[in-house]
Amino acid sequence: MNSKNYSPWQLWSLVLLRVAIGWHFLYEGISKLMNPDWSSLAYLMDSEGWFEGLFHSMAGNPSLLNVLDFLNIWGLILIGAGLILGMFTRIAAIAGMVLLAFYYLSHPPLVGATYLIPSEGSYLWVNKNLIELITLWVILLFPTWNTVGIDRFIFNKYRN
Amino acid sequence: MSEKSQNDPGSSMKRRDLLKGFATLPVVGAFAYGAWRKRRQDHLRNHRLIRELNMSTGDLEYKRYAHDGDAIRLGIIGYGIRGTQLMKAAGFVQPETIRDWKESAEKDSRDTRYEEFLGQDDLNVVVNGVCDLFDVHAERAISAASNVGREGPGGSMEKTPKRYRNYRELLADKDIDAVIIATPDHWHANMAIDAARAGKHIYVEKGLACTAEEVFAIRDAVRESGVIFQLGHQGRQTESYIKAKEAVDKNLLGKINLIEVCTNRNSPNGAWVYDIHPDGNSRTIDWKQFEEPCETKHPFSAERFFRWRCWWDYGTGLSGDLLTHEYDAINQILGMGIPESAISSGGVYFFEQPDHYVNEVREVPDIWNATFEYPHLNFALLYSATLANNRDRGKVIMGHDGSMELGNSLRIYACPESTRYREKIESGLIQPDLPIYTYIPGRKNVDGVTTPTEQYFADRGLLYTYRGGRRVDTTHLHIAEWLEGIRQGKQPSCNIDQAFEEGITAAMATMAYREGRKVYWDREKQQVV
Repeated sequence: MNSKNYSPWQLWSLVLLRVAIGWHFLYEGISKLMNPDWSSLAYLMDSEGWFEGLFHSMAGNPSLLNVLDFLNIWGLILIGAGLILGMFTRIAAIAGMVLLAFYYLSHPPLVGATYLIPSEGSYLWVNKNLIELITLWVILLFPTWNTVGIDRFIFNKYRN
Repeated sequence: MSEKSQNDPGSSMKRRDLLKGFATLPVVGAFAYGAWRKRRQDHLRNHRLIRELNMSTGDLEYKRYAHDGDAIRLGIIGYGIRGTQLMKAAGFVQPETIRDWKESAEKDSRDTRYEEFLGQDDLNVVVNGVCDLFDVHAERAISAASNVGREGPGGSMEKTPKRYRNYRELLADKDIDAVIIATPDHWHANMAIDAARAGKHIYVEKGLACTAEEVFAIRDAVRESGVIFQLGHQGRQTESYIKAKEAVDKNLLGKINLIEVCTNRNSPNGAWVYDIHPDGNSRTIDWKQFEEPCETKHPFSAERFFRWRCWWDYGTGLSGDLLTHEYDAINQILGMGIPESAISSGGVYFFEQPDHYVNEVREVPDIWNATFEYPHLNFALLYSATLANNRDRGKVIMGHDGSMELGNSLRIYACPESTRYREKIESGLIQPDLPIYTYIPGRKNVDGVTTPTEQYFADRGLLYTYRGGRRVDTTHLHIAEWLEGIRQGKQPSCNIDQAFEEGITAAMATMAYREGRKVYWDREKQQVV
């Protein structure tokens, strides 16, 4: 679908959704960057479900943990900035979905799973990570960056 | 529209292009402004609070105790559960245990016992003599002491220590400089006194002794001999207690009026109903020597030998075993010494059924509470223990201005009715339901604003297990401190004066229970009455 076919309301509501998700990613990344004590260790150790062994072993390897922390922080920041500015948006949306899939799979809200990290709501199978992931999919399938976003210059430059 | 743009449709397109392309750019500006304000506010609050409290920030340095010069030659008296742990802390573990640790670590990467043991400092000691009345324990002690390479079975075993069947022979050995005593409590006094007279430095497990008379006798002997003495309260090495002392010294709690300490356990093992070793019998155990200090003699009993803490002949139950740890932690922080009076009560309320035992039901209580009064300091200390429920009640020091919760981590909360913090509470700088000060060992910074999640993990030991600051065994540090004291001729942190206060306080609580009365300490005459 081409964003030129959207009505202005459709276009700007999609942009708003994109920017809001970008804001969330960016602040998650920035707040971790600003906290010198932050580490994904506790989160990974708290994993349950299908892949808990994998996530626990990530936590058990200090050098891997450092790499993961770095990738997570800068991944969140770049994805967030990309979604807000509409810059390399397609890549940002896909990377965001991958990150959210990791979060979801490490802490799936299964029947019987209990997590130490307190959750702020009540979830069964579907949680906010999954919803944000699906929303990013929608963002990906309904492009707005060719109209509102820096991608307009990067990818549309020679199109007209 | 300007004239120019009317005449130049390309320029208008370009401007619209630019406007739309960069339409979300102001969002980045708004974000940057919001993030900066939030960070500044958190920083200011934290900074103001820390400055207000005047507490030091940052972790304690990992201080390595000196272990230079000649090797110190140790003798080990008692190689049961605690003796094994002390030998490990000194650097000696049986090859079979090393093998088990290695196998377990291969199955579960979170099991770091082997890795941690290998990382433990070499304290430059040798074990030249061991003594245990049970043959199996004695053989194990020899095997651990010989395992200088810290290897599994088949490794190089050398420097086999001599086995002594009586501790007095071990004390007569000229190739022994210092002894670690980890026997049942009824032997502590005789052994410590004899060791002091033989000029051997002493590390003795808590509780120091069973009666006040024994405590006086040990103090006299240690003082006369001048040997380096350490009582086995490894909590002296716990970082959070050292920080707690700083907080109390800086009067963060205001006038302290009540201290609550607890023990909560819920298993036969925790209640000292230990397994009886299948090879423990009258041929492998020197029973006669075991009950030598006892007034009442009993026929051989493997149950009494292995579960000695359950009978008054050999120990003082909760008082000597667990009250002493809690008391020493608080004494380390407040330095309050011996109370003016002690009362205590309790009973055998859970492990009262004969089917918990082989032949005899225990004598010492499994539910026991004691109150210590300090009228000269205007506060009371409560100790409450159950061996049949392990709900964690923690340690709390309560003052007019705040409360301190103590464990591996430390949290201080302002009291809503505090005088000192009233203005700050009213201005919103301090929220009584959030800690004004948090200390979690292993974190790089101390702050006034810590998320509940972090506290949750810290208390479960998850936050700093695998990364950054290494985790060290406090018993290892406690032994290392004692050895440094021997090398440098200085008394360590839990020296004979601290031990004396612990011993008298515990003896007073035991007397109060057994004699059913209030027991007093006459500070002038230095007497228990």
